Amino acid sequence: MPERTEAGTTSRSRRSPWVSHAVLIAGILIVVFPIYYTFVASTLSLQQILRPPLQLLPGSHFLDNYYEALFGGLGRVGGINVWTLLLNTSIVALSVAVGKIVISILSAYAIVFFRFPFRMTFFWVIFITLMLPVEVRILPTYKVMVDLGLIDTYTGLTLPLMASATATLLFRQFFMTIPGELLEAARVDGAGPWRFFFDFVLPLSKTNIAALFVILFIYGWTQYLWPLLVTNSNDMNTIIIALRKMISYADADTQWHLVMVTTIFAILPPVAVVVLMQRWFVKGLVETEK
Amino acid sequence: MATVALKTVRKVYAGGMEAVKGIDLTVPDGALCVLVGPSGCGKSTLLRMIAGLEEISSGTIEIDGRVVNALEPAERDIAMVFQNYALYPHMSVYDNMAYGLRNRGTPKPEIERKVREAARMLELGSLLDRRPRQLSGGQRQRVAMGRAIVRDPKVFLFDEPLSNLDAKLRGQMRVEIRKLQRDLGVTSIYVTHDQLEAMTLADVLVVMNSGRIEQVGAPLDVYEEPATTFVASFIGAPPMNLLTPDHLSAVGAVLEGLLPADAVTVGIRPEDLGTVEAKSAEAGSAGLITFDVTIDVLEPVGAESYLYARVQDASVVVRLPGRAAVPETGKLKVAAPVDKLHFFDTHGKRVDPVPVAARRLG
Ligand SMILES: Nc1ncnc2c1ncn2[C@@H]1O[C@H](COP(=O)(O)OP(=O)(O)OP(=O)(O)O)[C@@H](O)[C@H]1O
Ligand SMILES: [Mg+2]
Repeated sequence: MPERTEAGTTSRSRRSPWVSHAVLIAGILIVVFPIYYTFVASTLSLQQILRPPLQLLPGSHFLDNYYEALFGGLGRVGGINVWTLLLNTSIVALSVAVGKIVISILSAYAIVFFRFPFRMTFFWVIFITLMLPVEVRILPTYKVMVDLGLIDTYTGLTLPLMASATATLLFRQFFMTIPGELLEAARVDGAGPWRFFFDFVLPLSKTNIAALFVILFIYGWTQYLWPLLVTNSNDMNTIIIALRKMISYADADTQWHLVMVTTIFAILPPVAVVVLMQRWFVKGLVETEK
Repeated sequence: MATVALKTVRKVYAGGMEAVKGIDLTVPDGALCVLVGPSGCGKSTLLRMIAGLEEISSGTIEIDGRVVNALEPAERDIAMVFQNYALYPHMSVYDNMAYGLRNRGTPKPEIERKVREAARMLELGSLLDRRPRQLSGGQRQRVAMGRAIVRDPKVFLFDEPLSNLDAKLRGQMRVEIRKLQRDLGVTSIYVTHDQLEAMTLADVLVVMNSGRIEQVGAPLDVYEEPATTFVASFIGAPPMNLLTPDHLSAVGAVLEGLLPADAVTVGIRPEDLGTVEAKSAEAGSAGLITFDVTIDVLEPVGAESYLYARVQDASVVVRLPGRAAVPETGKLKVAAPVDKLHFFDTHGKRVDPVPVAARRLG
């Protein structure tokens, strides 16, 4: 790679690395600025935020604001602190991500490696659900959850989000690339269906699992519509819902400094997951094993 | 140690394709049996049925006197070497070899001992910690062999194990496989479509064609007495020349008294054809037939030369020793010893030559 970029640039102009860097830096500034400002605002008092002009440097209320958010109650959401919100959201995001991966890897395993009646029918049924996003089936799902008494429960929050046609398809595509000879060699070596799953399919899919986990965790973390519907009590809120509830239409009613702190907390876990898992799946992608 | 016995084994695939059409075969204990035949003749299918990877449509397969039709591959006490090696990509070389033993619940020290022993035999000792992708093709091949050896199976099954190697390595591994199989004395079935591999490896050579066995025998017996025109043209390179008596008579061969009653094809190996001087020395009292061929090309390959020629519309290959002193174009008189002729009937079946006594009378 380095040789290629060098050869490519010398033929054009010596300045082009600077140009491309400038463009990249400008792009990053545009993306990062709102986040930076969120952080700045989270260190200011409410008065400082509301009074123009915009302050661009962090203020002196960092400790006060963060302490209040973590250990006091956030006014708007009925005295629930950020810890509870983070815990709820983590449970939802983790269950959705893990649940989706477990269900889809198992269904893909069945569809690819077993011959059973109506195998392709099941495959198409799963495939067709791709065309029905959450929003379309939300009312019937809501009715079912109400009937089962699952409103304001973690089960109600996560279960309907778990089935995933996309992840099933991804795993299916990957499993189809596992050579048949590998399966046969394993059979000769005495590996039954479970052994083959745990000793071969899982280790070979770990990069796919890592990538999917990141995507699905963020998907679960940022869920809005469904948690809004199935939670009534404040202590079951996810952080995204809480943020929404904290913002009032009248500017002066909104505790902007706490909103900003909560926003920072809402951003951190997905970032952490990406950073942590990235090492994992980049490593996996580089040393593809098949 | 075990014999493998197949009794009227058939395989019909789901689509109605009959890939194996009733095969009877017994592989004696400790023998290396090579299945050879053109692509699509059902060799792999047969091997996979023995391995238990493919269901048997009818007939029985016995390993060591036990019918294994309904057994899982792992229960048949076989080991298989696959064409693409099928090494476990996420396991080290050591684990690749140890995996099957672990699944059987072999105690750890014994696994260790067996793997080290196999690694020593295959010169893999320094590679045990590597992953398959860090190995060369030949080394992968050895690991695949090692995986089979450590299991101490009753039968080794090989499905074209050398076809992914370059020519030189293939020759080397061929010798190694032969040696290893002799040393271990394990009954083996080896599939290949390379007739050189088949000839050099086999104790028992099985020539297959479209789902049936054409001939079973020791390689040289098969070579010297091919049972059908198919075997005659499949075994040996370049293949046996197959000509009609009419072709031969038209170019001056005298076949009177030599031709058995129902023979419609005469077969002559390229090395049995030669210049008249060379062959008359060889033939001795048996006598020669001689005829003219029209030269197309002369291909010197070093130790010998191949002369591609025509007899009317039929092509003929003559194998000449060394640098052949023959013209590049035009006609050449060639000769073949009478006792080296092969005869086949209208169904392509071998016909015995006319006995020497009867020949003189005729
Ligand atoms: N799963 C299958 N379903 C249907 N037909 C099959 C299947 N596998 C193989 N066949 C057919 O059975 C016949 C024998 O196949 P097989 O793989 O045994 O050939 P082979 O002798 O091993 O050939 P090659 O030398 O090319 O490996 C072929 O005509 C093939 O098309
Ligand atoms: Mg084959």
